[in-house]
Amino acid sequence: MKTALHEVHTGLGASFTDFAGWSMPVRYSSELAEHRAVREAAGLFDLSHMGEIEVSGPQAADALDYAFVGKLSAVKPGRARYTMLCDETGGVLDDLVIYRLAEDRYLVVANAGNVAVVAAELDARARDFDARVDDRSADTALIAVQGPASAAIVGKLADADLSELKYYASIPAVVGGHDVLLARTGYTGEDGFELYVPNEHAAAVWRVLTEAGEPHGLLPAGLACRDTLRLEAGMPLYGNELSTELTPFHAGLGRVVKFDKPGDFVGRAALDTRREPDRVLVGLTGSGRRAPRHGYRLLADGEDVGEITSGALSPTLGHPIALAYVRPEFAEPGTALSADVRGRPEPVKVVSLPFYQRS
Amino acid sequence: MSIPENLSYTKEHEWVRVEDGVATVGVTAFAAESLGDVVFVQLPEAGAAVTAGESCGEIESTKSVSELYSPVTGEVTEVNDAVVDGPELVNADPYDQGWLFRVRTDALPELLDAAAYAALTQED
Repeated sequence: MKTALHEVHTGLGASFTDFAGWSMPVRYSSELAEHRAVREAAGLFDLSHMGEIEVSGPQAADALDYAFVGKLSAVKPGRARYTMLCDETGGVLDDLVIYRLAEDRYLVVANAGNVAVVAAELDARARDFDARVDDRSADTALIAVQGPASAAIVGKLADADLSELKYYASIPAVVGGHDVLLARTGYTGEDGFELYVPNEHAAAVWRVLTEAGEPHGLLPAGLACRDTLRLEAGMPLYGNELSTELTPFHAGLGRVVKFDKPGDFVGRAALDTRREPDRVLVGLTGSGRRAPRHGYRLLADGEDVGEITSGALSPTLGHPIALAYVRPEFAEPGTALSADVRGRPEPVKVVSLPFYQRS
Repeated sequence: MSIPENLSYTKEHEWVRVEDGVATVGVTAFAAESLGDVVFVQLPEAGAAVTAGESCGEIESTKSVSELYSPVTGEVTEVNDAVVDGPELVNADPYDQGWLFRVRTDALPELLDAAAYAALTQED
């Protein structure tokens, strides 16, 4: 599948990769330059492969409280919440951001690879509520502007006062003459905005953002740098750190499970018995330049104690960083472990997350 | 994608230039582009014996790890320390400053010429 911006990317000389059936820009020139642009100036991303599912109606809030582990009824209109969709066993079906657009209307933004599952589950889970589920993914483009210069860039174009738009909030706005949903969210560890745009206006919005961003050093940025940016920020990637085999507790995200909300929710009973995971997610740093990568084993005194889920040479920090699942007794920051990097042991150390935090 | 006429190539996307019985080896612009930004190279050591078609090192980019294959059989005479210190040379200048290692060799295996290599990259 191609996004509404595919021709734009081709014109920019992008290299493409397949991601969940979508042909997406992996890089335009250099992923390291794009990574640096997001940390120091701004990057422009096409995230139209993500899914947008609207849930509306008098009981939309109740339906989402039942469907998700979070308490979406407690989110104020205009605000957003990070949450998870779990199955009956407590396994994670997706991690996602949900925007409350109005008292009776929410926008559920699913990972590209999970859109079908999330849409089907929402249909089924909302059935007994007075709420409707509309998958808008096919008609909706998503453009992100991320980085310290993003507020200056978006501020030049938007009819809204961005100083009033808090992190994890959204407003309907006009950007460069086009109606968008403007959200202050992201997946890079920087300040940034995500613009939900009807497909037919995506190229125009991309163009005005490019023009407004040029004096600020904005670069188009692909999925390669998106991955290293989120890894530095210690954010999980579904399929690497999250799966149906794992609960939110494994990932250290048990706080998103709201056992105290009224009524039942899918996965509640199982999650209640799975609060003490047999392995936990940790951050690791290495020395040298050889990064432990997805699937590599972790050893302590020769004994297998865990597995790397994501790893890269951190472009910002200059040393290897990784996320890994380890047995809880090896999760203490400072613990020295060894990563099996293609047969060679590389010393790594458990550290607190995130690896990188914006100042 | 640049494919210099005066070099020989392998299916593993390496280039070879032979002068006075010494083969200089690097990876092609096509390979560099496919890898993305190269952040680490592990090369054979000077004096090591390498065999055509066998792995003799690694190239890591942000996203991936690739084996480095020796296109020729012989003894490594020199490695490019500049590229060890600055792996980005592989992307910036793959056919010149980004060369990887040199091998003294008696016999060259069959290699691709520029046209044959160009045809190969079209298929990929």
